Amino acid sequence: MGQIEWAMWANEQALASGLILIAGGIVATAGQFTQWYLGTYSIAAGVLVCLLEYPRGRRAKGSTMERCGQKYMTRAVKALGPLTRNYYIRAFLHLGLSVPAGFLLATILGTACLAIASGIYLLAAVRGEQWTPIEPKPKERPQVGGTIKQPPSNPPPRPPAEARKKPGEEEPVVGVPTGGPQENPMPVTDEVV
Amino acid sequence: MGNWVVTHWFSVLFLAAWLGLNVFLFVHAFLLFEKADKYYYTRQILGFCRRTLRKQLDHNLTFHKLVAYMICFHTAIHIIAHLFNFERYSRSRQATDGCLASILSNLSHQEKEGGSWLNPIQSPNMTVEYVTFTSIAGLTGVIITIALVLMVTSAMEFIRRSYFEVFWYTHHIFIIYFIGLGIHGIGGMVRGQTEESIDESHPHECAEFFEKWGDPDSHCKRPQFEGLPAESWKWILTPSILYIFERILRFYRSRQKVVITKVVMYPSKVLELQMNKRGFSMEVGQYIFVNCPSISYLEWHPFTLTSAPEEDFFSIHIRAAGDWTENLIRAFEQQHSPVPRIEVDGPFGTVSEDVFQYEVAMLVGAGIGVTPFASILKSIWYKFRNADHSLKTQKIYFYWICREMGAFAWFNDLLASLEQEMEELGKVGFLNYRLFLTGWDSNVNFDKATDILTGLKQKTSFGRPMWDNEFSTIATNHPKSVVGVFLCGPQTLAKSLRKCCQRYSSLNPRKVQFYFNKESF
Repeated sequence: MGQIEWAMWANEQALASGLILIAGGIVATAGQFTQWYLGTYSIAAGVLVCLLEYPRGRRAKGSTMERCGQKYMTRAVKALGPLTRNYYIRAFLHLGLSVPAGFLLATILGTACLAIASGIYLLAAVRGEQWTPIEPKPKERPQVGGTIKQPPSNPPPRPPAEARKKPGEEEPVVGVPTGGPQENPMPVTDEVV
Repeated sequence: MGNWVVTHWFSVLFLAAWLGLNVFLFVHAFLLFEKADKYYYTRQILGFCRRTLRKQLDHNLTFHKLVAYMICFHTAIHIIAHLFNFERYSRSRQATDGCLASILSNLSHQEKEGGSWLNPIQSPNMTVEYVTFTSIAGLTGVIITIALVLMVTSAMEFIRRSYFEVFWYTHHIFIIYFIGLGIHGIGGMVRGQTEESIDESHPHECAEFFEKWGDPDSHCKRPQFEGLPAESWKWILTPSILYIFERILRFYRSRQKVVITKVVMYPSKVLELQMNKRGFSMEVGQYIFVNCPSISYLEWHPFTLTSAPEEDFFSIHIRAAGDWTENLIRAFEQQHSPVPRIEVDGPFGTVSEDVFQYEVAMLVGAGIGVTPFASILKSIWYKFRNADHSLKTQKIYFYWICREMGAFAWFNDLLASLEQEMEELGKVGFLNYRLFLTGWDSNVNFDKATDILTGLKQKTSFGRPMWDNEFSTIATNHPKSVVGVFLCGPQTLAKSLRKCCQRYSSLNPRKVQFYFNKESF
């Protein structure tokens, strides 16, 4: 179990808890249960948790699958800096958010699930994990002309006109177009970037 | 669309029947509570209520997930419905205007006949939370719902693929789930009027005279109630017994001694283990579960068998792809004098067994997915050696797609010897294979590439195969045959192959038909 990143599971659990909080809150508010204002709180807390947890963090090892459309939320969450990067803060935030919802039966399930997520985040924080945003790698522009120090001093070698009539030899390198009227005295490789 | 229905009609029928049964049960239970006389007073106090039923049928992974989603869906409905119920019970208890609901709620106070109450909330000061956590139904409900949520979040594809152990161990809390589900209804919280009470004072006659129930000379007596007995155990009993039985069987099978006869390390971290076990018999393309107690007591991992049934040992090829496999390879690399003990469970059948039922077979293996086909091709080698003429298969098209050749050097020997044998027997056209190298490593020295494939007459192609061309060629060459397409590889490839199968299968059932079979772990 050495390579588990608990934060990833905590993230799924917290997202699920957010949704449960929203659902319980809607039921309580729509049904006008006693103390239904706690239901409204639960909806707000659930929305906040979902927004915070939707952008998945980058795994320390290997590639990470982004959630659909998380790019925009990633920027917002990243902007909060250490508040969102540090998992201790997240653990206590979730614990705090879950408490008021625990006083209403309709939302108590959300409380329990969010508290569990908070516990897993605490475990992740103790093991030194951190939230890092998934950013698209900047496309490496091909360095055209980076190695050319001087323009070539000789024209490209061209055989005389008769030699051009010969059929082109099979290129040893696959991927380069074969044949053609020119037969190069030196092997020419195409720099595929 | 026509092709899709023809290929999938059985699954569609099965799913439709299952969904239909679910809907029927739901509606039946709903109508029972909605209309039956027994629950007249219960309805008065609640408005209406619902109950849900769950069934468990474990066939394969897709069905398992479907059932899981159904359970989650019904759990949500169930919880929301009971939330409303509790709220209304609470309001009825607190109503002081002497309406029917409040009289009904007070029943337990006057009748000390043990259990004739209707409203589970016994006093106006009791909160719904208190009742939830002090009743069996409420407490088990909360516990098993939390267990369900944990199981679902740890089973999300991302977690399952990246951190399998989390998923595997967490999923075992299904034990808590099912025990809790069985005892969930014991408390009899949902109540209806007893038979005798209905005979005595039917709600249609007596409901309006509720103020007079206490009078000794009124012809209406107070209604008596009893709780609905627990019923979920009836649904989960049979599947649970089947499951326990299967686990015991597998445990017994896994205890049989496994003798490792040969260990081979290949480049690119591939390990071959050749083993023997008493009473072990296999078919082509089957897989086994392997456990290595010195690495992990509880983890069982599936591996396709790469040996043929005709051989006197069975073998698996293991590639390093995670914690467990890396530890295993390291343990064998160190070559300690007694090799680590291995336990084996299986073999379990998968679809590759059907290869020999098709006249023409298209086998597509991507990367490590080539392993089931190793078994098939080896079996063919033996069948030809032993002049076994019961093979229905006339032609095999084999496509092997991988990113780098080094990882599967072990497979090249097999292909080379097959090629040779086909030539010797004069059956050159039987096995038609093509290799595709999709990874482009700029360090690849092309001379080396040809060296790896020396001896194989087929040249390696670069890039992915153009399936449309392949399928149309095969369809043209075999216009009247049934072609079985077998894939062991990633989802995206499965999608394109499935599409091609549908596109190139003729609507006329006597012309060429492509049947798609996929396996993946």
